[in-house]
Amino acid sequence: MEENSKNALVIGGGIAGIQAALDLADIGIKVHLVEKKPCIGGKMAQLDKTFPTLDCSICILAPKLSECYRHRNITLYTLSEVQKVNGSNGNFSVEILKHARYVKEEECTNCGDCARICPVRGVSNYFDADLMTQAAVYIPFPSAVPPVYLVDREMCVYLKYKICGLCYEACERKAMDFTQKDEIITLDNIGSIIVATGYNLIEDIDPLKKYGYKRYKNVVTALEFERLISASGPQEGHLKRLSDGKEPTKIAFLQCIGSRTDRGQKYCSSICCMYSTKEAMIAHEHNNELESYVFYIDMRAGGKGFQQFINRGKNEYNIKYIKSKIAEIKIDDEENPIIIYDEVNTSEIKQLKVDLVVLATCIIPPEGIDSLANVLGIELNEYNFIKTKPFYPMETSKEGIFTCGCVHEPMDIPRSVAEASSAAAKVAEIIKEG
Amino acid sequence: MSENVEEEPIRIGTFICHCGSNIGGLIDCEKLAEYASTLPNVAYSEHNLYTCSETGLAAIRKAVEEQNLNRVIVASCTPRTHEPLFRDCIQEAGLNPYLFNFVNIRDQCTWVHMKYPEEAYEKAKDLVRMGVAKAARLESLDKIIVNVNPSALVIGGGVSGMNTAISLGKQGFKTYLIEKEDELGGRLKNLYKLFPYDQEASLLLDELKSKIEKNQNLTVYTSSKVKFIEGFIGNYEVEIEQNDNIINLNVGAIIVAVGASLFNPFDLFRYDGKTRITQLELEELLKNNKLKANNIVMIQCVGARNEERVYCSSVCCMTALKNALIIKEKNPNAQLTILFRDLYTPGTIYEEYYRNAREQGILFIKYSPEQELLVEEDTVKVFNEYLGEEITIPYDLLVLSTPLVANDDNKSLAQLLKVPLEENKFFLEAHVKLRPIDFATDGVYLCGSAKWPVDITESITQGLAAASRASTILSHETIEVEGATSFLPEYNRNLCSGCEVCITVCPFKAISKNEADEIEIRQVLCKGCGVCGATCTNQAIVIRHFTDEQILSEIYAFGGK
Repeated sequence: MEENSKNALVIGGGIAGIQAALDLADIGIKVHLVEKKPCIGGKMAQLDKTFPTLDCSICILAPKLSECYRHRNITLYTLSEVQKVNGSNGNFSVEILKHARYVKEEECTNCGDCARICPVRGVSNYFDADLMTQAAVYIPFPSAVPPVYLVDREMCVYLKYKICGLCYEACERKAMDFTQKDEIITLDNIGSIIVATGYNLIEDIDPLKKYGYKRYKNVVTALEFERLISASGPQEGHLKRLSDGKEPTKIAFLQCIGSRTDRGQKYCSSICCMYSTKEAMIAHEHNNELESYVFYIDMRAGGKGFQQFINRGKNEYNIKYIKSKIAEIKIDDEENPIIIYDEVNTSEIKQLKVDLVVLATCIIPPEGIDSLANVLGIELNEYNFIKTKPFYPMETSKEGIFTCGCVHEPMDIPRSVAEASSAAAKVAEIIKEG
Repeated sequence: MSENVEEEPIRIGTFICHCGSNIGGLIDCEKLAEYASTLPNVAYSEHNLYTCSETGLAAIRKAVEEQNLNRVIVASCTPRTHEPLFRDCIQEAGLNPYLFNFVNIRDQCTWVHMKYPEEAYEKAKDLVRMGVAKAARLESLDKIIVNVNPSALVIGGGVSGMNTAISLGKQGFKTYLIEKEDELGGRLKNLYKLFPYDQEASLLLDELKSKIEKNQNLTVYTSSKVKFIEGFIGNYEVEIEQNDNIINLNVGAIIVAVGASLFNPFDLFRYDGKTRITQLELEELLKNNKLKANNIVMIQCVGARNEERVYCSSVCCMTALKNALIIKEKNPNAQLTILFRDLYTPGTIYEEYYRNAREQGILFIKYSPEQELLVEEDTVKVFNEYLGEEITIPYDLLVLSTPLVANDDNKSLAQLLKVPLEENKFFLEAHVKLRPIDFATDGVYLCGSAKWPVDITESITQGLAAASRASTILSHETIEVEGATSFLPEYNRNLCSGCEVCITVCPFKAISKNEADEIEIRQVLCKGCGVCGATCTNQAIVIRHFTDEQILSEIYAFGGK
């Protein structure tokens, strides 16, 4: 096979970026995969199971993570951000800022001796939706890729005050390296770029206030719920309330939190009807007596097998779907949330007391999208997602730069994966022609 | 090292995976690993939270090297998704990949016996013991190398297939695009304008056609049908029939982009094709500027999301909104009412489109399937849930939004390609989430509404995606395929009675008789399913990696405790 003279750059190591990188690498194109976080996998790695087949998320993702790590055509840059882009379609040059990990990637064996001896505790872990805390030297989750620890530079007492150094002594492989500095890496010969930096969820307390989030312990977001119910999460797969450790027997899933509203985002997040049903199903598998209530506006189950999935929820998992508008949430003396809602089918104001409320919070563009768009010279749309055109779905406003996944439109995993391959096709056209 | 493994003493390593709590939550994996270490030939045993993680794989490689292992067992989830990973892993450690044995203690043990932890543990012990017995008898096998013909066949000249062909052509692959009708375009030909920006469909179609004409790698056959397909990844022989002429093609990959059909509502809501029509018929009226009606009522989910057709067709809500807005723009005085169940406008632009439709004065009334709509000569009676009472809406045109359904001839094409259909007769992909564009059969891909109803945007996305997936094969001169196949060893030739049962049962058409009237098995076509070996009356056929000796060793180990 002829060697392609140009390489590709993929920004973002979630499922979309991973699939794009793997397709290009399998086509025979060298790929630089840049991820801001310490490991790849994105949001999908945080999920417990996935709709509509209830496959365990990390189980189906893990082989892809390993493949990315070991593929001879993929170079992985974690803790890294694209800082500067020069050139044009067919020949870009890119500057990456790679943050210091303070652990040598080639030496670390992921044994965890450093974290066990680290005297700092209580550092919150983003991967577990901040529900778990850890040491100042950590790995986001046990099967993270790369399987390498890192030091939290804000919390490490050695980096701040030059005291401690226990981890350095404890590491048999001498993998700790406090002399590491952030470095700038320049990549030339980049034929084309894919932006797949995914999404965030609204965390702004304001739009969530009326639902009692952060005020009531038994009101959690859907992503927190994924971690709470996940085997690798803070409760090791035993769903318990955060207020009293009681196992919930009645859960309410509230849709369109911060979306489809004038008081938040106007758009629909696309995936919540499905994942809320999925979460109710998983919870039911943990406790067969469980009753679930999904409060929704329009049931959006257009994907393959999705409506069947909703029907299964109704028939086999004791899920009740209530078309409604939520007025507010109160709590009783035992911190049980009480939902006050306007039921559409009867036009009546009703109340329902539950043990736990799960909020399907709105998908928003990822942090730092403005500066990334600036660096790349691409336009964003009125919602701050990357601007694309319906019939050129992968093309950004700049020639040679493509996008896929939630960074340009909220979407589910199957569509993100298809879009990733689609963006890879566009890049392959440029590099193979070139 | 891998060549003379068989002569060395057997040293098996067992790795018991917790799979988070999927396995570890029910049974004691540490104890199981200890148990495994007591079994014959086991030289090393450990347990991991996730053996498939980079950490787990590193542990396997390390143990192979340090403990001098020559067989590896992982007891975990399922070989369906994870066997290739572990095979690669031991290959990197210097072993032949077929010296790996997978023991399924999740899908076939802890998941199915969730309520019986003690029995599940006992079963896991049995499974591991059986796996160890088989591992001791595993043999090194070679993968088969096949040449790849760098060309593709795209079946279906709609918006998906055209995009696949254009991209493959641009990537330098000779591509044949075949269409059963006499011109390209598929459903795009019948549409007037396209949501969400009301661009004329013909503009998009002309653009795609001109790209196809300009690309020298593309050959288009219209009025053509696939008559015959034989071969395997990288090497397919295809027979196309075009106006009674037969055209023979050789291609390396095949893409199915045959689209879908529109459900015909002939016995629903007094459909008559005149004052009660489908959305597609409405497009035709709009295209030719022949719409006279002023009071228009649209009904969503006609023939969809019911018992017979459970699914949501996903494109009909946007289609109804688009046509309603077009009518409103031409005739601001038109009364438009859309009767819906759940409005499907996911994402940013579609939701905005829906908002705009409401702002333009289009009336939306929710109905539920429990309160049936009553269509009369010039009125529709609907129970309005917001008001809690039945209302009567007059119409002079009733438009029915009907779902996309699978094509009638999907079944015959599926048989030609040896690929599966799902319950609604759409084509079935290899994995809903992570392999949405692949078939389970190597070298065959699918896109667009042939898989599931999708709009133009997603059809384009999937069309391009199929081009990328096919390119992962076509970009290579050769590829490796499965080595665990069936074969008729020379020493068994005299056992073969020539009964030909194996030829009949082989689902992959891998077995035939040669000129000397002897059974011949084409390794590259064989998927190692074992049907021939199981039916062979004289036990002449041997299935590599599943030999009689290997299977019997498992049975003896099961009984032996």
